[in-house]
Amino acid sequence: MADQTMTTADSEKPIFYVEDYHAPGSTMFGFWIYLMSDTLIFAVLFATYGVLGHAYAGGPTPKETLELPLVALNTAMLLLSSITYGFAMLEMERNDKTKTLLWLAVTGLFGIAFVGLELHEFSGLIAEGAGPWRSAYLSSFFTLVGTHGLHVTIGIIWLVTLMAQVMIHGLGEDNRRRLTCLSLFWHFLDVIWIGVFSVVYLLGALG
Amino acid sequence: MFSNTDFWSFIFGRLTWESIPHEPIVQVTFAVVTLGAIAVLGAITYFRLWGYLWKDWITSIDHKKIGVMYIILGLVMLVRGFSDAIMMRAQQAIAFGDNQGYLPAHHYDQIFTAHGVIMIFFAAMPLIVGVMNFVVPLQIGARDVAFPFLNNFSFWMTAAGAVLIMLSLFLGEFAKTGWLAFPPLSEGTYSPGVGVDYYIWALQIAGLGTLLSGVNLVATIIKMRAPGMSMMKIPIFTWTALCTNILIVAAFPVLTVVLAMLSLDRYVGTHFFTNDGGGNMMMYVNLIWIWGHPEVYILILPAFGVYSEVVATFSGKRLFGYVSMVYATAVITLLSYLVWLHHFFTMGSGADVNSFFGITTMIISIPTGAKIFNWLFTMYKGRIRFELPMMWTIAFMLTFVIGGMTGVMLAVPPVDFVFHNSLFLVAHFHNVIIGGVLFGMFAAINFWFPKAFGFKLDPFWGKLSFWFWVTGFYFAFMPLYVLGLMGVTRRLRHFDDPSLQIWFVIAAFGALLIAAGIACFFVQVFQSVRKREELRDETGDPWNARTLEWSTSSPPPEYNYAFTPMVHDHDAWYDMKNRGYERPLEDFRPIHMPKNSGTGPILAGLSVAFGFGMIWYMWWLAALSLAAMVVVAIVHTFNYDRDYHIPAEEVAATEERRTRLLAKQQA
Repeated sequence: MADQTMTTADSEKPIFYVEDYHAPGSTMFGFWIYLMSDTLIFAVLFATYGVLGHAYAGGPTPKETLELPLVALNTAMLLLSSITYGFAMLEMERNDKTKTLLWLAVTGLFGIAFVGLELHEFSGLIAEGAGPWRSAYLSSFFTLVGTHGLHVTIGIIWLVTLMAQVMIHGLGEDNRRRLTCLSLFWHFLDVIWIGVFSVVYLLGALG
Repeated sequence: MFSNTDFWSFIFGRLTWESIPHEPIVQVTFAVVTLGAIAVLGAITYFRLWGYLWKDWITSIDHKKIGVMYIILGLVMLVRGFSDAIMMRAQQAIAFGDNQGYLPAHHYDQIFTAHGVIMIFFAAMPLIVGVMNFVVPLQIGARDVAFPFLNNFSFWMTAAGAVLIMLSLFLGEFAKTGWLAFPPLSEGTYSPGVGVDYYIWALQIAGLGTLLSGVNLVATIIKMRAPGMSMMKIPIFTWTALCTNILIVAAFPVLTVVLAMLSLDRYVGTHFFTNDGGGNMMMYVNLIWIWGHPEVYILILPAFGVYSEVVATFSGKRLFGYVSMVYATAVITLLSYLVWLHHFFTMGSGADVNSFFGITTMIISIPTGAKIFNWLFTMYKGRIRFELPMMWTIAFMLTFVIGGMTGVMLAVPPVDFVFHNSLFLVAHFHNVIIGGVLFGMFAAINFWFPKAFGFKLDPFWGKLSFWFWVTGFYFAFMPLYVLGLMGVTRRLRHFDDPSLQIWFVIAAFGALLIAAGIACFFVQVFQSVRKREELRDETGDPWNARTLEWSTSSPPPEYNYAFTPMVHDHDAWYDMKNRGYERPLEDFRPIHMPKNSGTGPILAGLSVAFGFGMIWYMWWLAALSLAAMVVVAIVHTFNYDRDYHIPAEEVAATEERRTRLLAKQQA
């Protein structure tokens, strides 16, 4: 057979194993894939909003329910929190633990402000009789915006946990990786919010 | 304060004595299952195996053990799903004219729902994920998956879903809606009981496990391949696993969201899919099939991969058309996203939309056909050995072609208007899922069992199982094609026309043959364990196979490979055997390994409690277990001590044992 001629003695024997091999880390890549799957969750919620966004069932319309100034403030909180997270990462690169923690704390406060304003908006709507059970439009509105808010809440819990871990263990390799993951997650939520802001609030206010 | 009833309904939600089913069939099953469980638990306690099970299996993050546990879960649930099947066959074989059969309507409806849900989510999926988990890291020359802890967690979440679905048998009821729980039937108005809630939470919890294992395996295949293994040198099974896991990551989030919206409708009173309030139930059908169609390719692609490995090995030839096989797999992956609407041509999307989806559906048969030809050409002029994996493969090729052709028939929208919702459809998808996925899993189990345990499966009982399964399949499902063509619709409990009965009797006979096939399979495993010394394989390569997993010992050491292999060809082990590979015998180094963790099973146990609380409206239990899950997860992240090194001496000792075994073999 042709294959056998390849084992002739004079041909150089190929190397079949590596003595000291370490596969590259896959956490960042894995986290990216997770984020892509999370993107799909939001994609489905956007699509649902697209289908049901005009099903008012005789109830309030976006024009009547959405308060743009409040949302502008809210958006500012989230965008600022992304910038401050960026500062935290810069301090992490400089290996300055205190300043990293400081910027993380600021980021967390902006995040809490964002979630607080969102809850304020939600409770206002429910008090006006525009809760998620009122119409399909409101169901999809609350679910899309609320899922984003839930993600931010989880992000805040994660942030607090990580701050404690940075305090205990410093900025070692593990914590750097974790901070980078949370950074991706945090900015990802920002990107999603841009979509929510444009599709739900701006288009809604236009009518 | 609370009145007495208030207090009890706070504690137990809607769970009362009446929730325990009163039908004799269910009670007898309950008694048998309980006694069986007591016997198993008693035996474990008697033989003092709890510590061993906890340390070596339950908390294990070794991909091989997790793979085996997935397969055991899949087989157990296959038996459960099959009991549902044989009950339906028995009912339909006798319920004609005045005879109402033995199953009341509300019970029959639960059975066909449970059968579908269990077979897809808790039998087929665990089998597929289990085989991928076991084989993929070995095949790419890695020591484990990318995220070993996550792997253990994923498995236990899948098991948690299975636990919830089994609970529904004895506490309350299961959904009576069909396996995809279409609204408005599945809405609170029409299904107020706990059935649909069991469905939702079992699938949500198991689905999370599946999604995470998808992320894990994609990262593993992309990042952890041995040096030299470029994309076009990936073994074909791993290629199909890669495509399947990409589909999992891209499809399961849709299921998560659609089930979440259904739960919001049921729990909160939103109007996503309701008749009133502007809801749109057809959106549910659209969304769930956007997950559901990729799902069937998630199941079949790894089976295609198994057949490819088996055909090449047992024909003693290189796989014909490796490159075309890779492209065919990739094209199927892509197209599986563009066909979902063929599940509801009759919804009324109009001729244009139906034509588009009809054409994309028909196009899928082209790459699939290319695969069939590749397998045939691999066999052509090969030195074929008719061992069990090869027999399953040939049975698959014959059976799957029939299923594929009826699939193309259903892809034609006008034809589908006739066959829609008929037994013809039921016959078609059983034809491809049994003939494709299940046969593939039996091929895989027979093929890789010696790798996992160090001895082959008994061929006599294996062949018996094979013949019972294959003939049983034809007896059970060919009559359904006939009935479907005569216009009999699916999910019926009783028939008026006595001329149909003979076909149902034949189908029931087929189900009995399949029962014998399943029994023979378990006898096969039992016999193999008994005769393990006769069937033992010490070479690590009992089939003279071609890919890397056969280069290490059987069972492989926990670190898989003492030295990472260097790959030059997609049939890497064949290449190594052919070009004078010599096993390294010294210079071993300490191997870096992850530590076991109990967090996965604990989180999964809490998620069962959470699901149970949500299903029965025991809000305190749901809140408490959710909070506990968050706490356990956070505490887990505070553990930075997650790995250890296997000392070089231990590696050397393990490898030395293998050297002696191999020498004994050659002598």
